[in-house]
Amino acid sequence: MRHTISVLVENEFGVLTRIAGLFSGRGFNIESLSVAPTLDPTLSRMTIVTSGDDRIIEQVNKQLNKLIDTIKIIDFTGEDFIEREMALIKVNAEDSTRAEILRICDIFRGKVVDVTPKCYTVEVTGSPVKVNAIIDLLRPMGIKELVRSGPVVLGRGPKGWKGN
Amino acid sequence: MKLTGSKILLESLSLEGVDTIFGYPGGTVINIYDDLMGSSIKHILTRHEQAAVHAADGYARATGKVGVAIATSGPGATNTITGIANAYMDSIPMVVITGQVPTGLIGNDAFQEADLVGITRPITKHNYLVKDIKDLARIIKQAFYIARTGRPGPVVVDLPKDIQMATTKFEYPETVELRGYKPTFSGNVRMIEKAIKMMLSAKKPVLYVGGGATLTDAHAELMELAETLQAPVTTTLMGMASFPTRHPLSLGMLGMHGTYYANMAVTNSDLLIALGARFDDRVTGKIDTFAPHAKIIHVDVDPTSIKKNVRVDLPIVGDLRDVLKKMNKALGEKKEDVAQANEAHKPWLEEIAAWRKEHPMSYKPSKTEIKPQFVIEKLRELSNDDAIITTEVGQHQMWTAQFFEFTQPRTFLSSGGLGTMGYGLPAALGAQAAFPERQVIDVSGDGSFQMNSQELATLVQYRLPVKIVILNNNFLGMVRQWQQLFFDKRYSQTCMELPIDFTKLAEAYGATGLKATKPEEVEEVIKKAFATPGPVIMEFKISREENVMPMVPSGAALNEMVLAS
Repeated sequence: MRHTISVLVENEFGVLTRIAGLFSGRGFNIESLSVAPTLDPTLSRMTIVTSGDDRIIEQVNKQLNKLIDTIKIIDFTGEDFIEREMALIKVNAEDSTRAEILRICDIFRGKVVDVTPKCYTVEVTGSPVKVNAIIDLLRPMGIKELVRSGPVVLGRGPKGWKGN
Repeated sequence: MKLTGSKILLESLSLEGVDTIFGYPGGTVINIYDDLMGSSIKHILTRHEQAAVHAADGYARATGKVGVAIATSGPGATNTITGIANAYMDSIPMVVITGQVPTGLIGNDAFQEADLVGITRPITKHNYLVKDIKDLARIIKQAFYIARTGRPGPVVVDLPKDIQMATTKFEYPETVELRGYKPTFSGNVRMIEKAIKMMLSAKKPVLYVGGGATLTDAHAELMELAETLQAPVTTTLMGMASFPTRHPLSLGMLGMHGTYYANMAVTNSDLLIALGARFDDRVTGKIDTFAPHAKIIHVDVDPTSIKKNVRVDLPIVGDLRDVLKKMNKALGEKKEDVAQANEAHKPWLEEIAAWRKEHPMSYKPSKTEIKPQFVIEKLRELSNDDAIITTEVGQHQMWTAQFFEFTQPRTFLSSGGLGTMGYGLPAALGAQAAFPERQVIDVSGDGSFQMNSQELATLVQYRLPVKIVILNNNFLGMVRQWQQLFFDKRYSQTCMELPIDFTKLAEAYGATGLKATKPEEVEEVIKKAFATPGPVIMEFKISREENVMPMVPSGAALNEMVLAS
């Protein structure tokens, strides 16, 4: 089962290697990982998407907790949370397809952020499912290049997680 | 007052109570070695960095203190890897200081540069690269704190040469602040109450004890629990010596080379109480059939150990000694229930006694050949009760575990998790450095001994009177045993062929060498070795194709053991 886990870590040298190494060393899956400093510059927040059965996910959580640099972990699976990912998509834009690309963009509330005579670069934000959907629709036009950020998540409701 | 980094390091070590360190000098630690000359810390120069780390490990296991080793950058540091991994697998508190090239050269493939923090990340509890002299004292403080608390383990501090030479005001922090590291010490009282209920209602309980009992010095508490409950005790290799082998409730070791009765007890048990043990594959055999009738209580300080390999009905996270104290207290308040439970355990203890009678630990004695088990028995008989035994890895290690019958805690130092050949001699060196007056004996095979035999020089130089037993079968015996049993006797690369004269080797280093080739010489050689000052090698030419039995073949269930070959 797919799990989205937020990990609050010390913003220190080598922390990313510790986390990535833990996943590879113990054979855990890592689907995506995004990381950036928080409001408190001594902390970083990671969002990790992983998958495995209950026993493996329990180990993932415990092993992450065991790292000295890990301060807090939230497994959002089963919680009510907002999940957003951004994609930049460079797609062929021929005379015949330009209008269609713009229409698709509009439907997905995407933006064209770069234009050349032969291609558009589209920026889109949404849940991974939504990003998958726009990619599927743009694929027939010919996608020249694609980059996805991997999802970041936040719990719904007024409650904030200390160490934002 | 401003101090240099190397002085700050040594001052910090002193403040941590370090009196002995093991190491090897080199270009990027030369400043530290220069300052060592005026320091009160005793330094033991091993002949290889791996041995320095094993010696610090042996020192830590024998004393319970944090062991300290030091090595230079590059090859010096990479030579420590096996020692660090060994300590990590067995949860041994240790701080390893490595030199590093100056910060300005890091990443430039400088002379004797290796990314030690990168290399040791998966085999340390934590590691540090010191990039600012102002962080040094705090990092040393944290390193010792992390090494010795929670589930202990090795911590590496990689210290660049320019940081050793830089100066700053020295203030050793009084407290440690690590917001991401708060190990659970105190066992949850409600969980312990539940455990007591399970213990009192069980008909066939077994206490399964691992290295946690030694690491927390919980021997007295363990004894109290076992005797109060009248529950049999089996230990892992790491738990060996935390419960006296000759105690009526002792089942000896369980697992691959465990006793028949220990493995039968676990297989038939209705409540397995795991105390500071981690269900290693050498213990469980085939996991699906491990303790099939038992509910499992698992006490461990490390939450990741719980439910990693087996299902657990009741987890208790905490320091084993703390948990055992609380269990004993709770049982002390339920005298009537305990008496009833003791009564209920009687048929179980009788069942176990029958298994013990059916297949006791035994071997076929010989009048013509020296049996390795016979040597171990004689060693037990002739050594002091508080003798510290170290082993290498292989058949001799298992024979020692099976036949030595340990009586006192922290007297069996052996590489459990990693299974490191070459561990025993340097570990004995470390233990002897900690306890100059006690008997320290390294039980070795001819294969393992040759992996760190250079440490004979260290023993002689520092007058460390370690007695070395070499059970010489001129084979890599454990692998040969597997080849005999599972590979149709195809002895690929396990015969050492070249016979070494170990007595001459001892003499070359200025130690004493003794040899026995017949059973009747065994006792005399051991007595003579114990009466000889300084390090002694006792070489025993043993029956060459003796096997370690019983044996649970790899991947088989515990009750499918082979009893004799």
